[in-house]
Order: sequence, then C-alpha cells, then structure tokens
Amino acid sequence: MKLFRHELSAELLLYRRSRELAFFTFLLPIVFFVLLGSTYGNDRIKSEGGVRGSNFLEAGMIGYGAISIAFAGLAIVLVIRRESGVLKRLRATPLPAPTYVAALLSAFMIAFAIEVVALIVLGRVLFGIGAPDRIGSLVVALALGAVAFCGLGIGVAALIKTAEGASAVVNAIYLPAAFIAGAFFSPHSFPAFLRWIADVLPLTYFLRLVRGIMLHDQAIWSYPGSVAVIVAWGLLGAFVAVRTFRWEPTEG
Amino acid sequence: MSAISVRDLRKSYGALEAVREISFEVERGEVFGLLGPNGAGKTTTVEILEGYRKRDAGSVEVLGVDPAGAGGEWRERIGVVLQSSAMYETLTVAESLELFAGYYSRPRPVDEVVELIGLREKRDDRVRRLSGGQRRRLDLGLALVGDPELIFLDEPTTGFDPRARRQAWETIRTLRGLGKTILLTTHYLDEAERLADRVAVLRQGEIVAAGPPAELISRTPATEIRYRENGREVVVETDRPTQVLHELTAKAIAEKRELEGLAVTRPTLEDVYLSLTGEETE
Repeated sequence: MKLFRHELSAELLLYRRSRELAFFTFLLPIVFFVLLGSTYGNDRIKSEGGVRGSNFLEAGMIGYGAISIAFAGLAIVLVIRRESGVLKRLRATPLPAPTYVAALLSAFMIAFAIEVVALIVLGRVLFGIGAPDRIGSLVVALALGAVAFCGLGIGVAALIKTAEGASAVVNAIYLPAAFIAGAFFSPHSFPAFLRWIADVLPLTYFLRLVRGIMLHDQAIWSYPGSVAVIVAWGLLGAFVAVRTFRWEPTEG
Repeated sequence: MSAISVRDLRKSYGALEAVREISFEVERGEVFGLLGPNGAGKTTTVEILEGYRKRDAGSVEVLGVDPAGAGGEWRERIGVVLQSSAMYETLTVAESLELFAGYYSRPRPVDEVVELIGLREKRDDRVRRLSGGQRRRLDLGLALVGDPELIFLDEPTTGFDPRARRQAWETIRTLRGLGKTILLTTHYLDEAERLADRVAVLRQGEIVAAGPPAELISRTPATEIRYRENGREVVVETDRPTQVLHELTAKAIAEKRELEGLAVTRPTLEDVYLSLTGEETE
C-alpha cells in the first residue's frame, strides 16, 4: 500500500508535468466545452427531445474527456514509456507489476475525475446548468466508462510499435470516434454510414448512459444494454492487453 | 559462493545461435568484464542474468537464485544499467532518484547517490536538460539507489567523449571500493583493462579467452619486425625479437647495407583484441 501511494504520487506529478497530457487530453475537452457551448449552448436540440445545447454538450464533453484521458492519454504514455525503455528499467526494480499498473490507472482516473468536476463547475458558472441529481448512478457510470477506456488504451498501446506513431495512431482513432459517437453534436443528422459506425463504438453507449443519467434523470440500471456494451469493450481491451502487453521496446 | 555462476548457457533466436554453451563464474566483490564486438552475445548473456530473457539450456545462478523465476526480494539485491538510458524526462535528478529509492526497502540516501555520481550541481535540473554523459551517470545512480550487492553495467560508456569516460571509470572504481560485485559489458578493451579484475572475451556466442586482462595481453601474438628489402616489405613475426633482430642487423652490417624502414612493433591492445575476436582492422 505504501508502494502504491509512492507510485501514485509520482504518476500524478508526471501527469502534471506532461504538456501533451495536460493540454491535449485534459484541457482540450474544457476548451471545446467553452467554444461550442458559446455557439449552440442556448439552442434547444429537437432531435434530442428538446434538451438545451449546453446540457447536451456538457455530457458530451465528459464522454470526450473519458476517451481522451483514459484511452488516448494512457495509450500514448504507455507506448512512449515502453519504447523509450522506461518500462524495461522498472521491470528490474522490486516494484511489482500489478502495483505499477494500478497506480498508473489510478492517476488517470483521478485526472478524469478532476476533469468531470471542472466541466460541471464550468457548466454551472457559464451556462447555469444545475448539478446532476443522480450522483450515485453518475459516479458508477463514469467509473465504469473510465475503466473500460483504460482497458482499451492499454490494449491499443500493445498494437503500436513506435513512440513516434503513438500520437498519430491514437489521435486517428479517438478524435473521429468522439465526433461520430456524438460527443460534439447530436448524431441524429449524421448520414447513415456514420450512424452504423457509431452503433459499434463504446463511446456511443457511454454517452447514451451519461446523457440518460444527467439529462433525463435516469438511473444506471435503466440502460442494461449500454452497460453491457461498455463492459464488453473494456473486457476486450483488457484481454488484448493481457495477451500482448510488453515491457520491452519493439525490436528492430 | 560465487555472485554469478553460469554453466553451459545457450540461447538462440530462431536460427541464430546468440550464445553457445558458455560458462563462467564471477566472485563476490569482483569486477568482471564481458568483452566482445557488437553481436558477440554480450547483451543476450547479461539480459539472461538480469532475468529479462529465458535461456534455452544450461544453468544460471545470480546471488544464489535462478533469475528466470526470481522475485522482488532478489531484485532488491541487484542494480541494472541498461544500454539505453531511459528515464522520465520531466523529473529532476533528485526526484528521479527519490522515485526509484521508494521501490527498495533499504535505499541509499538520495543526496549520497547524487554525490557519488557527481551530479550535485544538476540535482534540481530536469532530466531532459542533462547532457549524454550526465544522463548516463544518473542511469548509474538509479541502479545504485537501492544499494544493491550486484550491479550490471551494459556498455556504460559507449558514445562518451574521453572526459566523460574517465569520469564514469572513476565512479565504477568507487563502486568497487564499496565492495560491490560488478558485471560489465564493453567493446572497448582499454575499458576492460582499466576496470575489470577478470574478463571473458566473447566471439560469436563463445568465450574465446578468459582471465585477468594483463594475462590476456601477455598471451599475445608475436612481435613484428618490419623492413624493406629490394623494395619489398618484409615482416617477421617472432616470440624472441631480441635474438631475431640481432641476427638481422648483424647480417645487414656484414653485408654493409641498411635495413630500410626498420621497425619493431609490439602488438597493441587493439591487435590482441582484434585477433581474439576475429575482427579485421580497417
């Protein structure tokens, strides 16, 4: 436990000091919330049952934050650490692998939690959005999604071979995914082929869950299908991660 | 009991036999050098000893434990400096050392390590701002901070300028003075000669020579005597240069001619090494 706390505080320090993590994965959802919120925040979105744009966007940016921090940020950090040889070096120390992975994931979960609080506070100040009613359901849903995206992040990290390619590959996956799943705009006006893609993306179901809880005051158990899809994707990521995780840089 | 004991170790990567039945022992408190050109099997051997790679055959004991199944308790007792110096670029020197110190149950005080690796002035600088030589010293510091009994150094000075090499050598001598056992790989003969008590020379996965460096050098090819005769270069190799030279010069004096371009050369350390490892001089 002492070792876990030691590693966790180091991971949080590393997170704060990383410009890429701090800006692209942490700050960008907040920037988009402010920018897009000021363009359509006061509109009513008919296709979403007449909810206010700012409320719709706030939940969207929480989903975007989850995929950008837990999936993209974690995957990029892992690839860079593996390819530079940091993981290999850690392997030579007495730090147990499970403690390391647990501390690393916890740091990213904490970053995501701070992100959510920041978005909610900002939503209240800028757009007068009320605090969510279903706190319990929301916390469980957010934790579930963050863990699942972490699993996918570790899984995808194993498939990327070079540190230089990490950002490119990860950005090429999660930025379109966030758009198609409807984090920024209501996907109802999207063409059919984008909606087909959206139907398999885990973020689509995570957003459905978060919006159901935040916009329609539903409980998490009202969405067993969405929960199942998120869990399935998380397990798939974890399965790939366990099967293909490497401590050493890619050879050659 | 030896610090390291290797018997009939073998390791192949597909069709490539990287290590072919090598055996050696490293005593406690000894600096042992694994010497050889790139691709001779040095790193493969060391990474098996560090527990990174599985061997195909043979037996290996490091501090009395088989590294293939060793756990945290064993890792407390070893320090590893890999070929690449990977670390967190955004931490300072002291923060990096503190982070790694936390992984061990009885670490060496961070400031003591900073002093030992000669980075006191850089203590609060970010790793990203260190020079190549300074990074390598921090690398060594990270391996030392757990106060290990045995330290693996994989090519600790490759790519260093002469001054940085000398500093690194000083640090390694200091470690030896602290009673640490050190296994060093290098492709520089002078490095092995200056630092190691004993060396094993690897060539294509086999040990072709082993012993104290001075002994290896004395087991050298013959002295060369060169001169020109009728415009042709003559090279005489001999174990008894005094005798041969005397005969040659006596003959030349008797015939009243000059041995043109006469030169007597002892083999350099490099020649010894090249002849052992089968590398050609350019």
